[in-house]
Amino acid sequence: NIFKVPQAAPVAVFKLTQDFNNDQFPNKVNLGVGAYRTDEGQPWVLPVVKKVEKIIVHDDRLNHEYLPILGLPEFRSSASKIVLGDNSPAILENRVGAVQCLGGTGALKIGAEFLRRFYNGSNNTKTPIYVSAPTWENHNAVFSSAGFEDVRPYRYWDAEKRGLDLAGFLGDLESCPEHSVFVLHACAHNPTGTDPTQEQWKQIAEVMMRRKLFAFFDSAYQGFASGSLEKDAWAVRYFVSSGFEMFCAQSFSKNFGLYNERVGNLTVVARDADNLKRVLSQMEKVVRITWSNPPSQGARIVTITLTSPELFSEWQENVKTMANRVLLMRSQLKAKLQALGTPGTWDHITDQIGMFSFTGLNPKQVEYLVKEKHIYLMASGRINMCGLTTKNIDYVAESIHEAVTKVQ
Amino acid sequence: HLCLNQTSVFSLSVYYTHLLWCSSWWGGVQMGPPDPILGVTEAFKKDTNPKKMNLGVGAYRDDQGKPFVLSCVRKAEAIIAAKQLDKEYLPIGGLAEFSKACAQLALGPENEVLKSSRSVTVQTISGTGSLRIGANFLARFHPGPHDVYLPKPSWGNHTPIFRDAGMQLKAYRYYEPSTCGFDFKGALDDISKIPEQSIILLHACAHNPTGVDPRPEQWKEIADIVKKRNLLVFFDMAYQGFASGDIDRDAWAVRHFIENGHNIVLSQSFAKNMGLYGERVGGFTVVCKDAEEAKRVESQLKILIRPIYSNPPVNGARIAATILNTPELRSLWLEEVHGMANRIIKMREQLVAGLKKNGSSHNWQHVIDQIGMFCFTGLKPEQVERLTKEFSVYMTKDGRISMAGVTSGNVGYLADAIHAVTK
Repeated sequence: NIFKVPQAAPVAVFKLTQDFNNDQFPNKVNLGVGAYRTDEGQPWVLPVVKKVEKIIVHDDRLNHEYLPILGLPEFRSSASKIVLGDNSPAILENRVGAVQCLGGTGALKIGAEFLRRFYNGSNNTKTPIYVSAPTWENHNAVFSSAGFEDVRPYRYWDAEKRGLDLAGFLGDLESCPEHSVFVLHACAHNPTGTDPTQEQWKQIAEVMMRRKLFAFFDSAYQGFASGSLEKDAWAVRYFVSSGFEMFCAQSFSKNFGLYNERVGNLTVVARDADNLKRVLSQMEKVVRITWSNPPSQGARIVTITLTSPELFSEWQENVKTMANRVLLMRSQLKAKLQALGTPGTWDHITDQIGMFSFTGLNPKQVEYLVKEKHIYLMASGRINMCGLTTKNIDYVAESIHEAVTKVQ
Repeated sequence: HLCLNQTSVFSLSVYYTHLLWCSSWWGGVQMGPPDPILGVTEAFKKDTNPKKMNLGVGAYRDDQGKPFVLSCVRKAEAIIAAKQLDKEYLPIGGLAEFSKACAQLALGPENEVLKSSRSVTVQTISGTGSLRIGANFLARFHPGPHDVYLPKPSWGNHTPIFRDAGMQLKAYRYYEPSTCGFDFKGALDDISKIPEQSIILLHACAHNPTGVDPRPEQWKEIADIVKKRNLLVFFDMAYQGFASGDIDRDAWAVRHFIENGHNIVLSQSFAKNMGLYGERVGGFTVVCKDAEEAKRVESQLKILIRPIYSNPPVNGARIAATILNTPELRSLWLEEVHGMANRIIKMREQLVAGLKKNGSSHNWQHVIDQIGMFCFTGLKPEQVERLTKEFSVYMTKDGRISMAGVTSGNVGYLADAIHAVTK
């Protein structure tokens, strides 16, 4: 009776999984939440992770003491190297630092809180934060809960041509207020799976540099998208080499399969070591009033893996395994839809990259799939390719065919 | 004075481009001060004196001065490893079997609140994360004044957490410097004047930083006056089991308030009592009027959690849940927590004995009367500084020492050092 607390709506993607779990239909398919699945439709603990966890549990020298506020030092530096490259000039110039955070979300949060306090003046709640249209649904909440009053979309997805709306994107970059912050997906855009090409990234960077816009990269799928760490980090590295001061929120949830250990890293590229030092000292204060210091288990697993040549190679193989299965499902789904003669073009299924595909299905068609066919996907038409297996892909392809032909 | 011919203009534009290139977004960012508590450890690490003592951060140490990984924790880890569990995201509110066990530990499994499902407990990022979620929740939903009354003094991180959530901080008298004890009269007096529906934060046991706890009769009077003032009670329980060695005894105040009709909010940490510091295990509980209200509150807690870290880390919660829900491990845990509390009590006694032996003329009884990990020595900042500079004994400026950092091997040195700066 003290709290007049209204019931909040559940987060859509989790509600979807809940509905899926409650569904009794034997051939149900979950194409909702973004977690990798094997061809048997099972979660996959990476073999290298299993190996490293054994090492940890048997190492009597390890304890459960607090990590430093900014996290495990070796984790921070090796994680930053993964996204920027070992020989990044910025690293060699001692102007790269990092904060170990709770997943990619945590990294975005700390970055957002820091920006709200120190970017473009102080206590800067009016600076526009631009997120892609569409974007991961939590981006809005992260920045608005950090205090930013003006979170806006930048044009990104062209629904008609099912590709990148580059003209719209560049147009928004040209017309937005100076010093606006842009949240950029480093690769495997969520939810569209549509990334700018290298040439397009160059154009984006040119405008951003000229108009003094802040680049905040969200890198949740490095390695997972193409199978190559370098390839998936190209945009981030290009921006660094262009001279941007920027943030990159890294997640190791997907590429290490460490979803529930909450392993993330906020990489900070500053103008010089002195600026970096001051930035990190202020980020430390934000961390202290949010979670004090980060959890150690996941960071240990990643660090041990990244700092051992054999384990690192094994990890790269595991990542390729995941990326390749997704690529296979993409090509098979497209082939089947084409074979069925499903109306429309389906090239976007293989043009898109990463875990997700924006199918282009409209809400009515999505509803049909969920209610009539027990195939669970987001209302936006986003599917998680990992939910596809050799056993269910025919059913899914046929169902999409039905939805497109029966429901307008 | 500039001569603006073409060459100059060009040079100027190059210069300004160079400036733009060399200038930073962060030029105006000041260096943040080192965190007073964790900063002590950093300074300690740099000290080369072999006799150095770290009495700063509250992390338990065994009698060899080493971090202590509880056997029940190691056993739980082995059980978990054998299960070969997946790594799928936890729900936003955390591991259900942890949250349930966490609430039962605090309230007692037979508590009417739990039986009628009129509370919600979410897994949080240890105590700090719990306080933060709590502060955010109150900032958004508390209908009364957004004033949080802290005991004077309180844990240093309380103030910035609540402030950053948008709450105002006020204080009630708590610690009496002249006795190094509880200012009961002052506390009642101040609490009786707190505007209705304000929020009062209480340390459930082992008050940090003073180690001074109210006695049960005193808690009863506090509960009565808090009820009269219609205050919202926010309990911070970071040391259940660690204070007296008995988990039920340490939760007595929390349970009494609930029995007394207060619908409290509660932060719990398992950092100290299970030694799970770096795994970040905690819980936040809201006691509601009924199950329906609890469901609504739960839905809003999830909305607050999601934009901070999406969902919590599994490892520590799983360890804690395994311990609490496996009878042999739970018994072992109770023994080990009792052992930790006892070692600290012993160190308190040995420190006082050592000071007496050195011929100290001061009354050090408070060192024994105080409870839990911390001791408010009563030392002044200048004395603390001397202890650090001359003896390499590290503690926070307020004179707080972490008894957990004291061992039978160094308690004599500590007694000598304290005597030296206070005689």
